Amino acid sequence: MRLGRLDHRRERRWRGPHDDQQGPSRGLLVALVLACLTVMSLDSLDSSPVDPARRAVGEVFGPAEVASAAAVRPFTAVPNWFRSKDSMQQDLLDLQAENSDLRSKVATQDYNRNRLEEYDGLTAAAQSLGYSLVPARVVGLGPSQSFSRTVTIDAGSDAGVHPDLTVVNNDGLVGRVLRVTRTTSTVLLIVDADSVVGGRVGRSMEVGFLHGRGVLGNDGRLDLELVDDTAVPAKHDTVVTWGSEAGGPYVAGVPVGKVTTVYSSLRETAQRAVIDPFVDFGALDLVGIVVPAGTASDRAIIEADGGLR
Amino acid sequence: MNAVRALVAAAAVAVALVLQVSFFPHLAWDGIVPNVCLLVVVGAALTRGPQFAIVLGFAAGLALDLAPPADHLAGRWALALVVVGYVAGRVRRDAQPSAGTVVATVAASSFVGTSVFALTGLVFGDPIGIPQMLEVVLVGVLWDVLLTPLVLPPVMAMFRHLEPDRSLA
Repeated sequence: MRLGRLDHRRERRWRGPHDDQQGPSRGLLVALVLACLTVMSLDSLDSSPVDPARRAVGEVFGPAEVASAAAVRPFTAVPNWFRSKDSMQQDLLDLQAENSDLRSKVATQDYNRNRLEEYDGLTAAAQSLGYSLVPARVVGLGPSQSFSRTVTIDAGSDAGVHPDLTVVNNDGLVGRVLRVTRTTSTVLLIVDADSVVGGRVGRSMEVGFLHGRGVLGNDGRLDLELVDDTAVPAKHDTVVTWGSEAGGPYVAGVPVGKVTTVYSSLRETAQRAVIDPFVDFGALDLVGIVVPAGTASDRAIIEADGGLR
Repeated sequence: MNAVRALVAAAAVAVALVLQVSFFPHLAWDGIVPNVCLLVVVGAALTRGPQFAIVLGFAAGLALDLAPPADHLAGRWALALVVVGYVAGRVRRDAQPSAGTVVATVAASSFVGTSVFALTGLVFGDPIGIPQMLEVVLVGVLWDVLLTPLVLPPVMAMFRHLEPDRSLA
């Protein structure tokens, strides 16, 4: 009651929205909710009629995202300037320690020579297939509120990108291209809960499937299910992509991450290992899209031998 | 006047969307960013009432659903923001909202909006864990409340300014 009187006094200064004092029209509300449901059901069809709309909206918002990311970039670099010499020295010591650790591992590990040759052969095969990289920068990240892990990159069909191409960065596998506009593309990260990547344990050559968990940051892990349930991956084993016939969506031999924990339960038919991805998905910036050699592009392409074209 | 208002509202949503996708990820906590589009819809609801807010919510939601890098089922944010427009529009429509009311409305709207989105995901079989969902909803509310003093006053002033009989009253 007291509040009501207060409101009454205020009302003279500020009248409420007079045009819909009775609330929104039921009809409009119902129509909008039905429209939402219609869009959802249309989009859940196999060949979604919403895709052209997505593309059209992307053509408008893509360049806006590219421009805004370019405007923001100088400011996001600021924290790096304040990194003191001490912390860099610490980094150097850490890296030296890691380096010697790795060296001793290489020396002591009894690699199966044949397996190694097989693996080298695979890598060589991938190289001789002649892939090139289109460089691109991440200009937009999907919010966690949408529960899907996707990013926008500033290379589109003009740069020779098309759906189902592999996206990597200097650490390893990032994801695959879902759809493109002229100037941007949308990339599904491998940590997305819908993402499935064929993986291979580098040491044992066992194949399996990597499922994302939909979490970014330090908990951003992948689950590896091996096809052969007798094979047990060891801790710190490296997992690379398995790759499919035509090199799409994922090319073979791209490092994905390393095994951190292994679970095996009697109830599950397959071994389950947790993979820590090499890529830091919280700080993605420069990425490369794997395209066949000789792709026409609007920018310099990084060739398989490291040169620019 | 109606066309101008629609244009300004669309521009506000577009700016909010680009900020949300390209700028706020640099400040994001675990990928959770303030939902600026939702704040614009709440601002519209508090000044213009639910009728306008549900239409704007639908448009802003569709933009969120379609603009890259969105990859979820289109229409889910649209539904969530229509509900937000309705809920926020029902709050205290008879007086100029105080700061406390605005913050409370934003918190409630953010909670409702993200929850509706997450629940539609459950209905359509999105593999989301409940703990993760709760984290996203709660951090989302926190972010939106934090951004309220920066976003809501200009947005509400803008929508109020666009209605001459209101500003003269």
